Amino acid sequence: MTVQGSIKKWVRVPARTAVGVKRQARAYVNPYLAGILLGVVLFSSFFLTGNGLGASGGMNRILVWGQDQLVPDHVDRTAYLLEMAGGDTNPMDSWVVFVMLGVIVGGFTSGWLNGRFKIETNRGPHVSVKTRWMLAFIGGAFMGYGARMARGCTSGQALSGGAVLSVGSWAFMFAVFAGGYALAYFVRRLWR
Amino acid sequence: MPFPLNLEDLLGHWESYLVSLAIGIAFGVVLEIAGFGDSRRLAAQFYLGDMTVLKVMFTGIVVAMVLVFAASAVNLLDFNLVWVNPTYLWPGIVGGLIMGVGFIIGGFCPGTSLVSAATGRLDGLFFAIGAFFGIFLFGETVGSFEDFWYSSYEGRYIIPEFLNISTGATMVILVLFALVAFAFAEQMERIFGGADLKKAPKWRYGAAGTLLAGAVVVMFIGQPDTEDRWNTIKDDKAPVLANRDVQIQAGEVLALMRDDRINLILLDVRDEADFNLFHLLDAVNIPADEIPDHLKEFRAKSANTVFMVIGNDEKAATEVWKTMVSESVPNVYLLEGGINNWITTFADEDFKTTSLIESHADDTLAYTFTSALGSRYAMANPNPDVFQLEYISKVKLQAARGGKSGGCG
Repeated sequence: MTVQGSIKKWVRVPARTAVGVKRQARAYVNPYLAGILLGVVLFSSFFLTGNGLGASGGMNRILVWGQDQLVPDHVDRTAYLLEMAGGDTNPMDSWVVFVMLGVIVGGFTSGWLNGRFKIETNRGPHVSVKTRWMLAFIGGAFMGYGARMARGCTSGQALSGGAVLSVGSWAFMFAVFAGGYALAYFVRRLWR
Repeated sequence: MPFPLNLEDLLGHWESYLVSLAIGIAFGVVLEIAGFGDSRRLAAQFYLGDMTVLKVMFTGIVVAMVLVFAASAVNLLDFNLVWVNPTYLWPGIVGGLIMGVGFIIGGFCPGTSLVSAATGRLDGLFFAIGAFFGIFLFGETVGSFEDFWYSSYEGRYIIPEFLNISTGATMVILVLFALVAFAFAEQMERIFGGADLKKAPKWRYGAAGTLLAGAVVVMFIGQPDTEDRWNTIKDDKAPVLANRDVQIQAGEVLALMRDDRINLILLDVRDEADFNLFHLLDAVNIPADEIPDHLKEFRAKSANTVFMVIGNDEKAATEVWKTMVSESVPNVYLLEGGINNWITTFADEDFKTTSLIESHADDTLAYTFTSALGSRYAMANPNPDVFQLEYISKVKLQAARGGKSGGCG
């Protein structure tokens, strides 16, 4: 093996980005390895800050921040929004906003370095691009609504609450899988 | 128990969020290398051919779980200060079902859609926009079903309490449960996805064994009880008692009773009979032996809460102080000299001469009361202008460290 080859094996060298050079996307890592890394990240979060991970909470606060810029009176009159952005309260003043921003930065960086950044639309074989966009939007709306009702999404409830043994988080996790499996058969043409 | 760190004190308010940003970046990288930026891979979970989602999630959960409780077992991490998502059972289940529907239609959950959008996937972007819309819709409609949204509340409620077994045993059971789920998942991948299990890495058996062994070891070490906790902080906290830094003089308590910025809890830990005879205005009576049942609720109080533990003298109050401090309740103090000293300070001369018991036993009332009038004595809420007491101010609000809120932010 050449010296360069052996270095490449251990150091993540960014894939060539010059126009016209075909980029080789690296394979994803073994799921168990990814899971172990995920566990270490989640533990580090609890260990250092006392908080777990989160995503939808950060999205929520960014949205409320936007609402507070546009319609501050409405925010001050709605109990749910008031808690995060009433009066002088800054909805961005929360750890979960920064975790969420980190997820975007980390996801992009990893995708770029591994040659997996690509403008495309992932979809099932029988679904057109436009249909896929529409379904993604609808699914996202369900997900956003459900996540707020459950007070957390897959990251904030299932992962974080699950690791510290919250009863509600485990019940929640089974409900998510139950909801998905219950509907999966009927919408199989979307993915298969 | 030095962890979790008080990052706000160490780094400053906004700077402390840099740690969250770094954690978020690591989280984003892990989601991306797991392949969670690709909706097809996520949706495949529900068609049994590719169980990556289950494998990554459950591995993450049990690994983090074993590490958290191992750190707690060796007194590195204070589990009382780790945020545990409060249980709102039915809103969680209904929300979860709605999310399951969203997952199979849209192909993501909120976190993975961000990773997907960040790696250029347009379906991820549309999903994230949809999620914002759903969140917006929730904020606008939750007012109409608030009763349900706040229903079936159990607070900080963990599986060991639910099953009435030790934390360690719960961990071992969940690790075994996860391993069975992985074996099941691999069989599903073989049957429905045509996966060749012989090609799966052998190290996963070693990893599974290590994890299970770790859980068993942590189970045998056990989680620290109040006494263990006191022993780890004794060197710091015993001098505080000896220097009388937390024994608060009557004059300061009187001032705190009138301070609107502070949520003062006058915690009377005497038995009910003594409490009924006489107590301070607005004091709550929780006898010393019932304090352990209320620690969770004490820790959940607002940041401006100050606990003033009150006994007849100081003996029982000091023990309660130790219990509360060991169990991570912030801002705990005790009334100097207890109720007896309070009466000596504020009762009229007439009462003091007629009611004094010459030789009272330790930690019992030093005065006789003919009727149980509770706080309907003037000395239950003395007028500070009349007494004009001088005191050394000792109460200082400590910012609580540890988890503040879950992913619901």
